[in-house]
Amino acid sequence: MSNGPLLEMKQICKRFPGVQALRNVSITVCGGEIHALVGENGAGKSTLMKVLSGVYPPDSGEIYLNNQRVNISNLQEAQKLGISIIFQEFNLIPHLSVGENVFFGRFPQGFCGKVNWNRLFSEAEQILASLGISLDPHSLVKNLSVADQQMVEIAKALSLKSQVLIMDEPTSALTQKEIDILFALMKKLKSQGVAIIFISHRLEEVKEIADRITVLRDGEKISTAEAKDLTREEIANLMVGREMKTMFPKQEAKIGRIILEVKNLFRNGKLDNVSFYLRKGEILGIYGLVGAGRTELARAIFGEDPIDKGDILIEERPITFYSPYDAVHAGIGMVPEDRSQQGLLLTQSVEFNISLPSLMNYANFGKINKKLASEEALKQVKALNIKTPSLNQKVMYLSGGNQQKVVLAKWLELEPRILILDEPTRGIDVGAKAEIYSLISNLAQKGFGVIMISSELPEILGMSDRILVMNKGQITAQFNREEAEPQKIIMAAAGRINNESN
Amino acid sequence: MNQTDLSKIFKSLGSVIGLIGLSLVLSFLTPAFLTVHNILNVLRQVSVISILAAGETFVILTGGIDLSVGSMLGLCGVMLAGALKITGSPLLAVLIGLLFGGIMGLTNGLLVSKGKLPPFCATLGMMAIARGLSFVYTQGRPISGFPQSFRVFGTGYLGPIPVPIIIALVVFIFAYYILSQTVFGRYVYSLGSNETATRMSGIKTDYYKTWVYLVSGLLAGLAAVVFTARINSGHPAAGEGYELDAIAAVVIGGTSLSGGEGTIIGTFIGALIMGVIRNGLNLINVDPFWQQVVIGAVIIFAVLADQRTKQR
Repeated sequence: MSNGPLLEMKQICKRFPGVQALRNVSITVCGGEIHALVGENGAGKSTLMKVLSGVYPPDSGEIYLNNQRVNISNLQEAQKLGISIIFQEFNLIPHLSVGENVFFGRFPQGFCGKVNWNRLFSEAEQILASLGISLDPHSLVKNLSVADQQMVEIAKALSLKSQVLIMDEPTSALTQKEIDILFALMKKLKSQGVAIIFISHRLEEVKEIADRITVLRDGEKISTAEAKDLTREEIANLMVGREMKTMFPKQEAKIGRIILEVKNLFRNGKLDNVSFYLRKGEILGIYGLVGAGRTELARAIFGEDPIDKGDILIEERPITFYSPYDAVHAGIGMVPEDRSQQGLLLTQSVEFNISLPSLMNYANFGKINKKLASEEALKQVKALNIKTPSLNQKVMYLSGGNQQKVVLAKWLELEPRILILDEPTRGIDVGAKAEIYSLISNLAQKGFGVIMISSELPEILGMSDRILVMNKGQITAQFNREEAEPQKIIMAAAGRINNESN
Repeated sequence: MNQTDLSKIFKSLGSVIGLIGLSLVLSFLTPAFLTVHNILNVLRQVSVISILAAGETFVILTGGIDLSVGSMLGLCGVMLAGALKITGSPLLAVLIGLLFGGIMGLTNGLLVSKGKLPPFCATLGMMAIARGLSFVYTQGRPISGFPQSFRVFGTGYLGPIPVPIIIALVVFIFAYYILSQTVFGRYVYSLGSNETATRMSGIKTDYYKTWVYLVSGLLAGLAAVVFTARINSGHPAAGEGYELDAIAAVVIGGTSLSGGEGTIIGTFIGALIMGVIRNGLNLINVDPFWQQVVIGAVIIFAVLADQRTKQR
């Protein structure tokens, strides 16, 4: 970190309809530094990085690279200057090979524009090897794990001779082991003098990897400090701007009779003899690594995926679900893992989204009572503290946490008996997380049965009355709240069948 | 008033401004344009296309497309003409037209929803099949000569207003009501915005998707009634290329081809713009061959302008 400032952003302002996304934000990043950018959703982290990488033009402010003032108006220009960004959603082409993706748009060419494939693959191999990534440059990207795809993104960025590498939540879809590999790579790049800007919601990771931390809140920079000088709690407090209350406001709920029972559920290659039950007022946590079959289980129960064999009983009555329509009518709601693709109509308004599942309830011979629909939606917006300028705001302009609240609101409006939450706090900042936890807790108190799928152990341990652990499509362990210990859960998730607590 | 409202108003205004501007220019160029007679004439000329375009709006709002509306009009036309020749009953003829339109629309819908075919393929197939069948049925010869009781649908007047205009207006008022006031209408927009999220909100997406194509087929049947009555003939080539005019009207009217955004009023204005251009170019004696060029340019310009406003 002895190098001078490599990158300076000065007094950056950016306004979107209805929100001042950035207000006079200045940051400085040095070569060979890992600089973490933290803040709640909607704090402006991603916007700031999109300004830096040329996706959004700033309304005002200046960017200096190596003390030269630069104007960046698109991603290509940013890349030419040596600034690469790895987005949360990757920019890879699934049907092309690793090598082709690394050199996409810059294929080495020979006579008459013929692609020099030998050179392409051998150079790709060199880059991968120099990063210590063991991937075949010929394998297709669509066959790679998320972690490996990320490695391809990094290789692509570095093949562009980047001096500044921006990583927007690179760890959110990775397992611990994959995160370790990623961090090792980041340290290697740092030693080569690359400046890395790292956005993450996971404060322990930030503490572990970052040299300095900049905290943003509501579009403003709150502080920049050495990582070693801040504790996790201090970072969290800076982010929310108030003392954090208890993270997991789990309250005792009266647990009643069994409302959902799943017996011997099979789905070829996905689910292997899954049986469990859910009681009224209970929060049932389902933990497992990515690919353990948790989402597949949720989708099967919700009627979105077909099942090969097995029974689903609601209030002791066996029911067959051919589509989510049947599941919803049997009283099940689902907050899916992929909010923007499966949970929301991004281009429609807050009101449209909230009222969608319950439209029939506001209708008289098919005609919607619009006044009633608005009133009900407004009630939910207030009850869930959804931050939106109006009911007519398009959901795409809300922050992740508020979008997730909209998904919750649409189910609460319908009042199902059973709510399946698949990674309910993924990509959501600390403050909104706490709000969602207390919401979930309230739901259980009101007598909902809640299934909460999560990859975050603290969340599972903090919220669940009972915990199921899945591995390779099977339930490998079950723990009651009192007997749940992180060690045991992690072992069960890794595939050790733990029969003693079953 | 917030941003979404403003941009909505601006967008719908865009095509209205286009229409008014166009009309001003034409009334300046020729005194024959801005007369009651000519305006009713334009409205009558666009009535068939606009009925088809109303159905097409439903389909396009869900993110689909219906290429078969012109051919469905053709087959419905010859079938109802045949029924009219045999029975002489105008009521039966109308019912036959709607029935065939309904059957073809339902088939399109099932192919798209249950068969999981891309709408482009399903309706492209139906376009060829329906056109082929209308030639098979008529052996290529038009079926002509209908009783006055049927011809009113195309040539009659209600007071000073031609019946085809009344029929088109009723269709549009009804479509407006459905799209803006009913649950079905919301689902149409919802399907086009995000089908997966709609299904996962517990909505029978296949069912409503099927309905949308059924509506398009039924309206093609209705358009066939008006068209056949107007030209006093069930012609197997009737409605050839109309699908493109219908789609053009929808697109000029500001509906997004990817679905989820657009209005039925926009479609009506889109159909009017095309009608006014054709009519105006005729009045100022522009070679009809050039009219195609102008219409094409207008489509491109309208979509360009629409994208510009969206980027704001």
